[in-house]
Amino acid sequence: MAAGRDLDSYGAPGWLQAAPFALVFAAFFVLPLVFVVIVSFWDYNDYQMLPTFTTRSYVESFDGCLTDLPNLCTMFKTYVSTAKFCFIVWALTLVIGFTVAYFLAFYVRSATAQMTLFLVCTIPFWTSNVIRMISWIPLLGRNGLVNQLLVGAHVVDAPVEWLLYSPFSVALAFVHLFTFFMVAPIFNSMMRIDRRLMEAAYDAGASGWQMLTNVIIPLCKPGLAIGSIFVVTIVMGDFITFDEMGGEQIASAGKVIETRLGALQFPPAAANAVILLGATMLIIAVLNRIVDIRKEL
Amino acid sequence: MNEGRSFAFYALAAFFGLYVLFLYGPMIVIFILSFQGPTGGLTFPLVGVSLHWFYRLWEGNGIVDIAGAFKRSLELGLVVMVVTVVLSLMAGLAFRKRFFGANLLFYVTIASLIVPSIVTSLGIALEFRMLDDFLKAHAPDWIADNLTTTMGMFTSGLGAHLTWTLPFGLLVMFAIFNRFDSRYEEAARDLGATPWQTLRYVVLPIVMPSVIGVGLFGFTLSWDEIARSSQAMGEHNTLPMELQALTTTVTTPDIYALGTSTTAVSFAVIAVALGAIAILRKRQARHGSDAGQA
Repeated sequence: MAAGRDLDSYGAPGWLQAAPFALVFAAFFVLPLVFVVIVSFWDYNDYQMLPTFTTRSYVESFDGCLTDLPNLCTMFKTYVSTAKFCFIVWALTLVIGFTVAYFLAFYVRSATAQMTLFLVCTIPFWTSNVIRMISWIPLLGRNGLVNQLLVGAHVVDAPVEWLLYSPFSVALAFVHLFTFFMVAPIFNSMMRIDRRLMEAAYDAGASGWQMLTNVIIPLCKPGLAIGSIFVVTIVMGDFITFDEMGGEQIASAGKVIETRLGALQFPPAAANAVILLGATMLIIAVLNRIVDIRKEL
Repeated sequence: MNEGRSFAFYALAAFFGLYVLFLYGPMIVIFILSFQGPTGGLTFPLVGVSLHWFYRLWEGNGIVDIAGAFKRSLELGLVVMVVTVVLSLMAGLAFRKRFFGANLLFYVTIASLIVPSIVTSLGIALEFRMLDDFLKAHAPDWIADNLTTTMGMFTSGLGAHLTWTLPFGLLVMFAIFNRFDSRYEEAARDLGATPWQTLRYVVLPIVMPSVIGVGLFGFTLSWDEIARSSQAMGEHNTLPMELQALTTTVTTPDIYALGTSTTAVSFAVIAVALGAIAILRKRQARHGSDAGQA
């Protein structure tokens, strides 16, 4: 962004140009988060929120978490389950995203072909997630294509039930929807690698595998970290994919909030939102130790 | 290391092909099934080919007001697109200079991408509830008496969508201005152009293709948004919210017809945007001076 200091005094001042943008985030992001924190400490009854300070929502949310040990309370169980999905989806999107980006960046030779293929990966990102989720129904349902094939080929006697509305379909949908969030930053990092470094490694006798592990992967760390942050935080806060693909049977950190909102219990919903925010920030703090994100954009 | 196509190339190309099949395959299946005959069901086989489910969908047929939701989402998407383009462009220009709070604003913008959508949506809902309470209690009677709620598609809803589209807009602007050669501006200034003329006749024409890209993000992200909309739309639902509600109740191919229709809109917008970008690039290549090029 450093375009020369003489720009500073040229045209409208920067703060003025940025003001409308900043106001939107102040009004619709920062202030709302403040309200979430405030309301999480409010009381409530069946009809409304009561603006008196109490830790009731937090106490209720963590109900039994200490007394029931070593058994896990509902809150911990939900977070362990959500974390499991995070890890599985993260590992799969990382491997698939890296491989796709690696192919695009280093094996597609013409720049036009590269951009076209990258665009092919991007287009689904601009279409509806719900439609991309329901599009698995005719494939994975009890009478879906996969079961028709399996039964037809006598691999199984009766249709397989766990293909849809199961942890499997939830993980599959996440990978289907969000691998792009890995591909884009990793591809970006790879395109910035100075090709002379790779030539040097090649001239020094590095094998393809050594090139990958000693040159490319270390230099892709920023892309890997940014992609990981996106994927992990999306899964942490998701409720729609869990709803649509999990048959409303699988608990998740995001769904807890939605359930409370469905019952119009705003303070407990806000308390759960604060807990989710805390968990998300913890993950980002860890990933941010690996790489300075700002520097890499 | 790139002499000849190696085994690795073919293995990776096959992997890429499978990934693309994985991306597009299921979508193609529901496009096909949306043309299911009148007696067909949610899965294969196709029982004839017809537009039956599209007609049923657009007649309304008892299931929610699809045409109304379609129109609402289109209006909201267009407003979000325009606001996203204008604000991102201005902020993109601002970030080329130093200004007070630039770092903070950058981190807040990125945080908006990362904070779970349901949390942002909940916060906006709470904010507008409190605004309602405040206005009912303290505003002059002629406002307070007529007020039902300040929440709505173009107040809280618009704000919710902007917290999602603007970060993408700003990132695209960063990508442009990182590569922008500021000598063009210096030249314009040396020739006596005012800051506005420089922007209008030098900067904007150069960055126009990417600005269209920002518009593309603005519209499509809004058109398909659910999580942030969920608590913030007020009385009416957007199209994707209706669609999501339908998935739990509808068991006929209506829903595929709806999916095909909304995806058609997305694809049309993508095609128009990419076409416009390609045309602009070509014009730039044709009209551009070759001065300074080797």
